[in-house]
Amino acid sequence: MSKLLTKDKDVVVPGECLAEGMDYLPGIGTYRDGEKILASRLGLSKIDGRALELIPLSGRYLPKRGDTIIAKVTEITMSAWRVNTNSAYQAMLGMRDATSEFIPKGANLTKYFNFGDYLVCKITNVTSQRLVDITMKGPGLRKLRGGRIIQVNTNKVPRIIGKKGSMVSMVKNATGCKIIVGQNGIIWLQGEDPKMEILAVNTIKKIEEESHISGLTDRIKEFLEKETGKKIVLEQITEGGEQNDLH
Amino acid sequence: MTYTKRLDKRKFDETRPIEAKVGVIKNADGSARFKIGNTVALAAVYGPRELYPRFMQNPEKGILRVNYNMMPFSGHGNRVRPGPNRRSKEIAMVTKNALLPVVDLSEFPNAVVDVFIELPQTDAGTRCAGICAAAMALADAGIIMKDLVSSVAVGCIDGTVVADLNYDEEAFEGIVADIPVAVLPNTGEVVLLQMDGEMSKDNMVKALELAKKVCADIYEIQKKALKEKYTVKGDKK
Repeated sequence: MSKLLTKDKDVVVPGECLAEGMDYLPGIGTYRDGEKILASRLGLSKIDGRALELIPLSGRYLPKRGDTIIAKVTEITMSAWRVNTNSAYQAMLGMRDATSEFIPKGANLTKYFNFGDYLVCKITNVTSQRLVDITMKGPGLRKLRGGRIIQVNTNKVPRIIGKKGSMVSMVKNATGCKIIVGQNGIIWLQGEDPKMEILAVNTIKKIEEESHISGLTDRIKEFLEKETGKKIVLEQITEGGEQNDLH
Repeated sequence: MTYTKRLDKRKFDETRPIEAKVGVIKNADGSARFKIGNTVALAAVYGPRELYPRFMQNPEKGILRVNYNMMPFSGHGNRVRPGPNRRSKEIAMVTKNALLPVVDLSEFPNAVVDVFIELPQTDAGTRCAGICAAAMALADAGIIMKDLVSSVAVGCIDGTVVADLNYDEEAFEGIVADIPVAVLPNTGEVVLLQMDGEMSKDNMVKALELAKKVCADIYEIQKKALKEKYTVKGDKK
């Protein structure tokens, strides 16, 4: 007879037994050892029918194909830019993927993207050796000018974006700032009013800290209403949007 | 002369008071403090991050680097002199070997996970405190691990088997043996076993049994400390 030893949304530590018996299946962040299913990292347990999963709470970003990230140019080679992705691996931006403009032979590549520039880019490929390729071709992918960069825990990015971007658009509407959230935990903000920009930063920090407490949206709404003194009407979520879209 | 009562009035199988806390160093990806009696170990984990020089990279899996350091003011310095020396290098190596069986870095080829163990205050049992702290810090950093590691020193003073010796006991006049042990709490696998001094075979068997028992208690403390950081205050579950 199988026995479940954890509750939904429990914090579990590596090596902790989640269930005994063959009726349950090990999902992401868990492994099977004989009859037992054990946690292989620190996280929140998630029971999805017979499958047991772990939602990670900490850890560095690992580049994943299809992610939109914010990266910083660190190196320029003969025909490519190397960027820092806020992970253990740098990414390469080839000339072909960088711009639709014609780049003549021997051109000074700093004219397009200079050292220290932040780019919104999309990961096109990740090899088993973790060689990462990125592209700048796509809607919303561009070089960032002005604004400020903040860093958050990568595992909280889905909370900051919210369901179909509801959370980040609420912050955007309330503060009037432009915000771009990268999957790698780097966030770019720009606002006309410096006070509002700081409020947006504080709100994001608050989301990051309190993301695991239920009723997050309501609390953030309340916080923003108090700080701005304006009423916030939650947007109706339209169908068809995707969580990984740019916000 | 026999050892019938411990110098600090503990029971023979009793450890010094233990305190554990996770997330003490903000800059690190994961960190922990483990205090056992007057021995304090701080561990900070950085990474997985880029590894240079390039010849150190392993294209099959990430590597683990461990640094062990006693702070200059940490002890009275009579026997063990703090600082970077052969002793600290060896302890860093045995700590690494104790942690390697649990961490899985196959997802991070060419990268490195750095573990820094600093001891601001020492009173024997530093490598064990360091391993306990490092295991918690690695878990806090979100590294994929199959288990935690719990560690304690056991020993034998004049024929009496005791747990968690302090410095005065280690320096006791008489025959003293000191065995630092680290075990994986789930499987009971021993990942660190060293010995200093001399003892009988029977006592050694007894001491190792005691070590397993004490490590199980330490595991509970580590687990509690890790859960405490992430569990919401006031959220009853």
